[in-house]
Amino acid sequence: MPADYHGGESPFDFDHRYQGPAYTDDHHAWRATLRAFVDQEIMPHVDEWDEAGGFPRGLYKKAADVGLLGVGYPEEYGGTPVDDPFFLLVTAEEMARCSAGGINASLLVHNIGLPPVMAVGSDELKQRIAPQVLSGDKIHALAITEPSGGSDVANLKTRAVLDGDHYVVNGSKMFITGGMRADYYSVAVRTGGDGNAGISLLLIERDREGFTRTELKKQGWWASDTAALYFDDVRVPVENLIGEENKGFAGIMKNFNNERLWMSASANALARVCLEDALAWARDRQTFGQRLADHQVIRHKFAEMARKINATQAYLEQCAQRVAEGERPVADLSMLKVQSTLTMEFCAREAMQILGGAGYMRGCRVERIYREVRVMAIGGGSEEIMRDLVARQMGI
Amino acid sequence: MKVLVAVKRVIDYNVKVRVKADNTGVETANVKMSMNPFDEIAIEEAIRLKEAGTAEEIVAVSMGPQQCQETIRTALAMGADRGVLVKTDDELQPLAVAKLMKAVVDEEQPGLIILGKQAIDDDSNQTGQMLAALLGWPQATFASKVEIAGDKAKVTREVDGGLETIEINMPCIVTTDLRLNEPRYASLPNIMKAKKKPIDEKSPEDMGVDTAPRLTTIKVEEPPKREAGVIVEDVAQLVDKLRNEAGVI
Ligand SMILES: Cc1cc2nc3c(=O)[nH]c(=O)nc-3n(C[C@H](O)[C@H](O)[C@H](O)COP(=O)(O)OP(=O)(O)OC[C@H]3O[C@@H](n4cnc5c(N)ncnc54)[C@H](O)[C@@H]3O)c2cc1C
Repeated sequence: MPADYHGGESPFDFDHRYQGPAYTDDHHAWRATLRAFVDQEIMPHVDEWDEAGGFPRGLYKKAADVGLLGVGYPEEYGGTPVDDPFFLLVTAEEMARCSAGGINASLLVHNIGLPPVMAVGSDELKQRIAPQVLSGDKIHALAITEPSGGSDVANLKTRAVLDGDHYVVNGSKMFITGGMRADYYSVAVRTGGDGNAGISLLLIERDREGFTRTELKKQGWWASDTAALYFDDVRVPVENLIGEENKGFAGIMKNFNNERLWMSASANALARVCLEDALAWARDRQTFGQRLADHQVIRHKFAEMARKINATQAYLEQCAQRVAEGERPVADLSMLKVQSTLTMEFCAREAMQILGGAGYMRGCRVERIYREVRVMAIGGGSEEIMRDLVARQMGI
Repeated sequence: MKVLVAVKRVIDYNVKVRVKADNTGVETANVKMSMNPFDEIAIEEAIRLKEAGTAEEIVAVSMGPQQCQETIRTALAMGADRGVLVKTDDELQPLAVAKLMKAVVDEEQPGLIILGKQAIDDDSNQTGQMLAALLGWPQATFASKVEIAGDKAKVTREVDGGLETIEINMPCIVTTDLRLNEPRYASLPNIMKAKKKPIDEKSPEDMGVDTAPRLTTIKVEEPPKREAGVIVEDVAQLVDKLRNEAGVI
């Protein structure tokens, strides 16, 4: 045992890892608040909520009160305008500690649903929607993916045809996070011809006639309500158009950049949870007359996990810094996402090996994280699609 | 009414405290520090009094090194209005803190002072009482309920046998117990707003207070490790062990 080890205070755990100069007192204060919030409001219920397949709706309100829903949104709509991606990093990391991706996915689903409205929506639309979403009263989902495909956004098929002062929407959406409980949906629809240039975004309320949904069962993210959505001649007023007609694609893509930074920070933080839990276990567990942590094979696993996590963290912070400086490093954000989900995959695997049978049992954070690797590697732009985007940005 | 609240920076309650290698104290380097939990309760109580219209202003006071400013910021982010930092790198024992507090009180003239019943680092449980003595003010320690009406405070106290309710004159001193309230989180909007709230900095020298320690720490040691329990076979064996091994009967 290293002389400076004091139980749960390794330089790789959440409290003792290196936090560079980009983090200010405000970030630290926000981290402390979220730490307490997650420990008190979420952690004690994680297993119960995950097994039950959902969490109480009241958690949205609690999250709003602590300022979690409003991170980065304008004050006039009830947000806290911190326009710096390090807040996003801190938020993602602290929320990841609860290790139930499904809770975070649904609780913070507005972070994919609302941004298109904020970026290109009319003032009327923003005023109508944003305050209720940021106060935790209403849930706002994003619906892009369709049964026929998610990666190829430009070929989506759900149609919206103008009829007087309404669009008539027909089609369906697939794998929609928050899809069962959401009140508002930012829905990508085809209003024009084929390809990118024919896509618009429409805000559709849950109680519109002809709009139905069914719940989907999943490998992980049990606490998240994922749904298939069906639109059968749903009439949506033209005021609900988000931005300009046939200009929806750019809005969708812009959204993805933030989502990728968020998912990367989450994935790496989940990798850190795996390391933390495996480390605590290996220091305690005796096998063949010594601590599990004393076997060289196991020690190397830790070194490899830490190496990948730290490299990913450095990349994460470099990308965040560039975003903070106003850049939009599309290729790097794509590579970062691949880097992060591969790190999460590696650490979930290695941690479970170290935990052995105990790691395979429900109620263990690593068990859940292991089941939630793939959704991180597929959602928000799959690894294959990310690499393809990188290659294209490289001009190959 | 102005409420003065004492907030202390202590080792976070989640941290496993370790004794320094040279037995002079506990390790604080690279250890997570937070506000003393009883002081969070004190701040929360003050905020509730303000929300109820009983208090107008909340001043959070901390004493110690520069980093105590972070603790004051937390209090400001929870809802205190301004802060006072009495800055010193010297060791402060409860009597010194009480004297410094008295100097702050002389300047601020609050109608109520709320402190934690104790700080979770040294568990002294003395500062509030000493301050009351120095000021000659009434005190209600271990409060689990505080009601203020005019110039009287009705305080329910947690005492050994249960609860005791007393009525004391204002201005007074209240020290908080665990069940007084559940402190709120410092929300993100309030963290951002707290940056604009003023913190006054003073030094013990400015205030003319002698903070020299009156107690000397000879040695700090880990408590003995708990040994594994044994299951006794019968009452006779239990009595025998209690008498001959534990020496308690
Ligand atoms: C739990 C969960 C929640 C989700 N939540 C939402 C949500 O809220 N809103 C939403 O709109 N979507 C959501 N999604 C959908 C997600 O974004 C898509 O699953 C993802 O974009 C991939 O689309 P797909 O599943 O249709 O796979 P496809 O696009 O059919 O791709 C299948 C596989 O083929 C690979 N592939 C595809 N094209 C290529 C290519 N050109 N070259 C090489 N490989 C390729 C992909 O990488 C993938 O591995 C969610 C998904 C899950 C699992």
